[in-house]
Amino acid sequence: MRKLSWGLVLLLIAGLVLAACTAPVAAPTGGAQPAAPAADAGATDDVVRVALLLPSTINDIAWSQSIYTSLKELQAEMGEDKLEIAYSENMFNVPDAAAAIREYAANGYDLVIAHGAQYGDSLMEIAPDFPEVSFAWGTSTRTGADQGITNIFAYEPRGDEAGYVTGVLAAKITKSKVIGLVGPVDAGDAKLHVDGFLAGVKATDPEVKVNVSFTGSFGDTALAAEAANTHIKAGADVLTGSSQQVVGAIGVAKENGIPWIGVQADQSTAAPETVMASAIYDWKQLLKDIIAKRAAGTLGGEVLQLTYANGGIRTIYNEAAPADAVEAAKAAEAGLADGSIKIVVEPR
Amino acid sequence: MDNLLSTATLIGIAHSGVRLATPYLYAAIGEMFGQRSGVLNLGVEGVMLMGAFAAYYTVFLGGAPWLGVAAALMIGALMGLLMAVISVTMQAEQGISGIGLSLFGLGLSSLLLKVLVGSPVSIQGFPVWQIPGLSRIPILGPIFFDHDILVYIAYLLVPISLYVLYKTTFGLKVRAVGQNPEAADSLGVRVNGVRYATVILGCALAGMAGASLSVGLLNIFQENMTNGLGFIAVALVYFGGWRPIGVLLGALLFSTVSAFQLWMQVLGVPIPSDLAVMLPYILTIVVLAVGVKQIRQPAALTKPYERGE
Repeated sequence: MRKLSWGLVLLLIAGLVLAACTAPVAAPTGGAQPAAPAADAGATDDVVRVALLLPSTINDIAWSQSIYTSLKELQAEMGEDKLEIAYSENMFNVPDAAAAIREYAANGYDLVIAHGAQYGDSLMEIAPDFPEVSFAWGTSTRTGADQGITNIFAYEPRGDEAGYVTGVLAAKITKSKVIGLVGPVDAGDAKLHVDGFLAGVKATDPEVKVNVSFTGSFGDTALAAEAANTHIKAGADVLTGSSQQVVGAIGVAKENGIPWIGVQADQSTAAPETVMASAIYDWKQLLKDIIAKRAAGTLGGEVLQLTYANGGIRTIYNEAAPADAVEAAKAAEAGLADGSIKIVVEPR
Repeated sequence: MDNLLSTATLIGIAHSGVRLATPYLYAAIGEMFGQRSGVLNLGVEGVMLMGAFAAYYTVFLGGAPWLGVAAALMIGALMGLLMAVISVTMQAEQGISGIGLSLFGLGLSSLLLKVLVGSPVSIQGFPVWQIPGLSRIPILGPIFFDHDILVYIAYLLVPISLYVLYKTTFGLKVRAVGQNPEAADSLGVRVNGVRYATVILGCALAGMAGASLSVGLLNIFQENMTNGLGFIAVALVYFGGWRPIGVLLGALLFSTVSAFQLWMQVLGVPIPSDLAVMLPYILTIVVLAVGVKQIRQPAALTKPYERGE
């Protein structure tokens, strides 16, 4: 027994350290446990309590960081006494996330955001048990309204629009007429991004070839880096890609002096001189809309989008990016915003 | 398909394979020493992450890459000491304590990144160093002699570990302790002392494996950037039959097939990407099932040693 128990002690310690980063973190008041106001608190006071479940971390410079940053910006705008934020990271596994969703909902949070396409089924089960709480999730268009659920918002960032604009930019920058794309898996937001990117490149210069590779994972930084190396060897002189693992690819791009174009979050922080542009998801307006709808009595049942038209997607350009390429990309942004550009997705 | 079989592509695949095998080599050769002495350490993954972060952070603060490697070795050795105390002295169940160590490293490295750095920022690690003369050899030059220095050292470790394991007194003691600790003890070998040495050495090398990623191949640190690589390294020790050459072949096979599937995708070979990324794993399992037979593992593997039992 002694042997087993020492192992268990270490496991427990490890669990504690893990918990330090993954357990619900309440801000700004601190304390690991949600401060348990009465369940109807949201309806009676004017403080909005938002809980955020993230598949990765708030510093992943991609999907999770984008919404966290927006929520913090919104908090700065509304005031910390009006908007309380709690978040849980590394909730990639659905069972962990489902437990956390339930805990937040039971502890007086007004809005619980499950930030990933994998959480839908759990939400459909949990939401009816907490009719006073609003839930939101995406990428999806499923609100559960067909099952009679009224308190789930679904959101859908138009990754294809972000892909389209960065595709136009990349097609203008490339001289070798070969672009390398490092993707995670061919599904969900990542698939939308690839589809849009290919359409943007094709509309700009049909001669440009886009080599697409997937690593089969969101966190395989080493394989993403090797994919970037492979793209460069195969002639690519511009690289792009999505998900948190691309930091590996950005490192390789930097070492080879090859421009990188980012999506989701501002990736210029990783390598300022290498990242030519980032098409970022700005969730602030979407979050504002959800909070406003809730205040007006709509607890869910609607689908919201991030688009160039509603300011949910915007592009940050590096000053070093070629002027004609930036101009073309900005024209694409405008075209998408006013509807004059339609993204044509071709089968791959 | 023609493109895939061109000389340039084949050289590219081999070049990638040689480079991708680097972290596996460090981690698996280190782990091999531990297992040859009877200690199964499943904590490699966590130690790699801590090593990777230590090296990254050292360079991030302005230290030279070499200083980063030293930091990785030291942090790795420290974690090895922790593992040895728990699994050798306290005789904890090795599988469980190893997983504990792994989670510990994962959690702590993520926490440190968040607190000390924030969002990952790329650093200037080891540059590629083409070995003068050798890199000019046709075909072999671009495959083997066009890497950063940590890649070369990883391959040098293979003959070094062969020599240490089979030609030195220390190696003899390691093998004896792993096969028959009672007999070794009766001959005056300090069983637990040897195991401390191998576990600490193994973890130091695992730390270096992490450094080979963060200041060698990638020049950046990201939370959980090893993504299961440490566990594959443990599997490679079994795959390689607890022998340095076997580990080398296993690492090269796995990473070359990884590189092959990347090239397949990049060149647009019409195969679903989901299937492509499975290739290295499938092939490894097939080789294990069909090709590798009758390997005897160290007899005392996972068994703590207590005198007089």
